[in-house]
Amino acid sequence: MVPPGLYAVGEPDAEAPVVVTANYKMSYDIVRRALSGRDVWLLVLETYGINVWCAAGKGTFGTGELVRRIAASGLAQVVSHRRLILPILGAAGVAAHRVRQRSGFEVVYATVRADDLPAYLDQGAATPAMRELRFTWYDRLVLVPVELVLAAKPVAPATALIYLAARLLWGADAAAAAALSVLGAVFTGIAVGPVLLPLLPGRSFAIKGAVAGGLYCALLYALAGGANWGGAATLASFLALPAVSSFYTLNFTGCTTYTSKSGVKKEMRLGLPIMAGALGAALIVVIAGRFLA
Amino acid sequence: MKGFRYLAGVATLELESSLCVGCGRCVEVCPHQVFRMAQKRAVVADRDACMECGACALNCPAAALKVDAGVGCASGLIHEWLRERKIPGFNGGGGCCG
Repeated sequence: MVPPGLYAVGEPDAEAPVVVTANYKMSYDIVRRALSGRDVWLLVLETYGINVWCAAGKGTFGTGELVRRIAASGLAQVVSHRRLILPILGAAGVAAHRVRQRSGFEVVYATVRADDLPAYLDQGAATPAMRELRFTWYDRLVLVPVELVLAAKPVAPATALIYLAARLLWGADAAAAAALSVLGAVFTGIAVGPVLLPLLPGRSFAIKGAVAGGLYCALLYALAGGANWGGAATLASFLALPAVSSFYTLNFTGCTTYTSKSGVKKEMRLGLPIMAGALGAALIVVIAGRFLA
Repeated sequence: MKGFRYLAGVATLELESSLCVGCGRCVEVCPHQVFRMAQKRAVVADRDACMECGACALNCPAAALKVDAGVGCASGLIHEWLRERKIPGFNGGGGCCG
């Protein structure tokens, strides 16, 4: 975490531009690196170590903090102009007209990415590309490890429970197969769904995840001796595994840069009961298969 | 956003055109190019691209914009739902963004 306040990049004078960022270490470092070789003031807000986008959503990268930080840093005495350059993703927390009323400083929202700041400062305006959010496959890929670690906490005990229950009912081999296939479905939902996002059909993340999970289950059936699974296990697999993948791909909406709250609510309202129903049906099928066989 | 479209017809964004003062702030803050200017007023050009971040409504000096802002995040919404129902263990922060 970087202490909030006013920092100098190079040797800025009273005319130098003022760039505002969050006190997330990574944001600060990226902005500093982007501005290296220039003379710029950097006003760092107290966002408790959280990035601009998330802090704007929480309101810590907000009007109140910006106005307070302008006053606390004595910015009005340091620069002769009254213009602040903010990242576009900070606009969800800052009301530009209120900042002007309360501090006298004019807010301009410059670019989405810090890397475009030098070009913005040179041209004095942003090109459409600088104002546009993107979501490349690499952007998605780097999120996967974090999501896998976060999922491990609930998934580990659930898988252990599945293993124990299957072991009691069917024996060690079936239990290992069941546990591994569930872990595969989780991985499909967390890693394969998000990385292949634009290739999977539909707009709904739940459907994209279900399709990925269905493909995974079909692949498992083809490569892991599906013909010997028996009817109940096969049916249960094709019900439960896509449901698990679907849930985890739907969960990836939190990592994206284009899903809306209303859209995710709609998906959850329609999707969660279907996922729960599929899991319940799978459970009934395998238990019935065990005791009727 | 290029290459990505989310569900159509769900965004809660509303623009009251008669209140618009034509400052262009909404065009400036929207990271999904939902707005454009036409005859010195803002128009919603692509409502389905809206991710409901709320930046436009917050920055509109004429209060011409309304949106039910929030984060489009399933685990965040599940946490919110559990917290509202006072399920033990979910009194803290939401699931998103740390």
